[in-house]
Amino acid sequence: MLLLSPALATILIFTTIPALTTLSYAFFKWEGFQRVGFAGAANFQRLFDYPFKDQFLMALRHNTLVFIAVMILQTSLGLLIAYAIFQLKNGQRFFRTVTFLPVIFSLVVVGYMWQVMLDPYYGPINMIINDLGFESLAKPWLGSMSTALPTLIFINLWRWVGFPAIIFLAGLNAINQEYLEAARIDGATEGQIFRKIMFPLLAPSLTIITILTFIGAFEWFDLPFVLGGSNGNPAGATDTLALMFYRLSFGSVDSNANEVGVGSALGVFIFLLVGLGAGVGQYFLRKREVEQ
Amino acid sequence: MTSKFFFRAVLIINSLLVLLPVFFLLNSALRETNSFASNPFMLARDPYWENFQQVWLDGAFAIYLKNSLIVTGGSLVVILTCALGAGFILGRYNFKGNALIFGFVLTGMLVPAKLAILPLFIQLKWMNLLDSHFGLILVYSSGALPAAVFIMSGFFRSLPSDLDNAARIDGASEFQLLRRILIPLVRPGMAIVAIYSAIPIWNDFFLPLVFLQSPENKTIMQGLTVFFGQYASQWGVLFAGLTMAALPLIVLYLILSEQFIKGLTAGAVKG
Repeated sequence: MLLLSPALATILIFTTIPALTTLSYAFFKWEGFQRVGFAGAANFQRLFDYPFKDQFLMALRHNTLVFIAVMILQTSLGLLIAYAIFQLKNGQRFFRTVTFLPVIFSLVVVGYMWQVMLDPYYGPINMIINDLGFESLAKPWLGSMSTALPTLIFINLWRWVGFPAIIFLAGLNAINQEYLEAARIDGATEGQIFRKIMFPLLAPSLTIITILTFIGAFEWFDLPFVLGGSNGNPAGATDTLALMFYRLSFGSVDSNANEVGVGSALGVFIFLLVGLGAGVGQYFLRKREVEQ
Repeated sequence: MTSKFFFRAVLIINSLLVLLPVFFLLNSALRETNSFASNPFMLARDPYWENFQQVWLDGAFAIYLKNSLIVTGGSLVVILTCALGAGFILGRYNFKGNALIFGFVLTGMLVPAKLAILPLFIQLKWMNLLDSHFGLILVYSSGALPAAVFIMSGFFRSLPSDLDNAARIDGASEFQLLRRILIPLVRPGMAIVAIYSAIPIWNDFFLPLVFLQSPENKTIMQGLTVFFGQYASQWGVLFAGLTMAALPLIVLYLILSEQFIKGLTAGAVKG
């Protein structure tokens, strides 16, 4: 018991209790960090009223876009890279190491590194674009409303794509080689083998990646905060639910006033969305997994 | 043959896309700020080490680094000690409530720490642990422990139970059994737990952002946001700072890449 209790106590005090109380916070009225009375469902109502409603819907839309874009781009690129590494007879280790390298970088370092590289005047990216003769395409990628979010998604892709790649590679390596041999002897093409044997057997990896992507996309915070601040600059173009939650909880650059009640209501919403989404997704994705 | 060529090309392009920005980062750290306007790609043939000197002389940067070492190191000690103890008990003994306690530990993995930040903030304030490294260490430990206990108990369970009996017959106490016999055997698990916990803690800036206010307490990633504002126009110094924050992990990763990959994907493969 002496050995068991430190771990249990730490989890209880710093995870379980705060997680349970966070649900109750949404039902109280707050002034700063002081509880000043019971609020019923008023905080949830305010979330869907002026001025929070528009921010909320825009942030939700951005998170959804990020999830879709990451699922399509990052997952398929990850699979492509994994398959390419899997094909190698030697040198697997080198390409694994290189592919995974950005995942160990802090998002702060990644964010600032790309911010400088994308600098509208002296940044190397725009210089390359200019030198190649596409002057009209050289622009303040992070500073303009229409390109800021896609640029963030690209930076996210650079940092994260190694993760699904390594998970898929582990999945490919776990496939029984005899299935592939048997299919080859039967005259199946490599494309058929991938579609009919490998891809179905990769379903568990795909389940995990989909769930993690869903959670990551709807709790997206670090990169937009580093590059767009707590307001999701420019002009809210990169705002997300987690940024809005942060602003409501601790105040923003423009005003230090916080709204702990509304923030907690939003927190409950994100928690339910992520929990339900991940749970339901896992249920349906697990069902279509096949046994080896 | 063409498909083989295509997949080789994918790997080479991917490697360039990864390595060129990293090279740009390291190379730029060794160049004089004035030289960027004319050509951002010039090789730093004549390394300009003064950038690093300036980062160091700035003073704050060294403090940020020291704070990050304290927080990451302190968390690691707490996580490894607690996870060894709990993993040993849960993985090695059959007793009533084992499954229940294990279930409780696992629920800790479901909680997104970011969303419990408000009660945590108020709780730390009340416990006088706000703006303190110790408070931050406890929060990080609590976040990493569920997975750490899960991984460690798995390693303990996989060892043959004959080991315990042999040691007990030889008169070893339970504590000696753990320290002398089992711990050396679960070292690979400890390495996975250490990497799984330490990298996200070193790289994190959200919790320090919320919990640490005094400049002398800030961690390196949080400090970088201050630093970036100060040196926004001095690219050489800026890149030297970014390099200093990232280089320790890059070097460790190049030495221990397999362990890093295993550790950082541990949550995904086991969950």
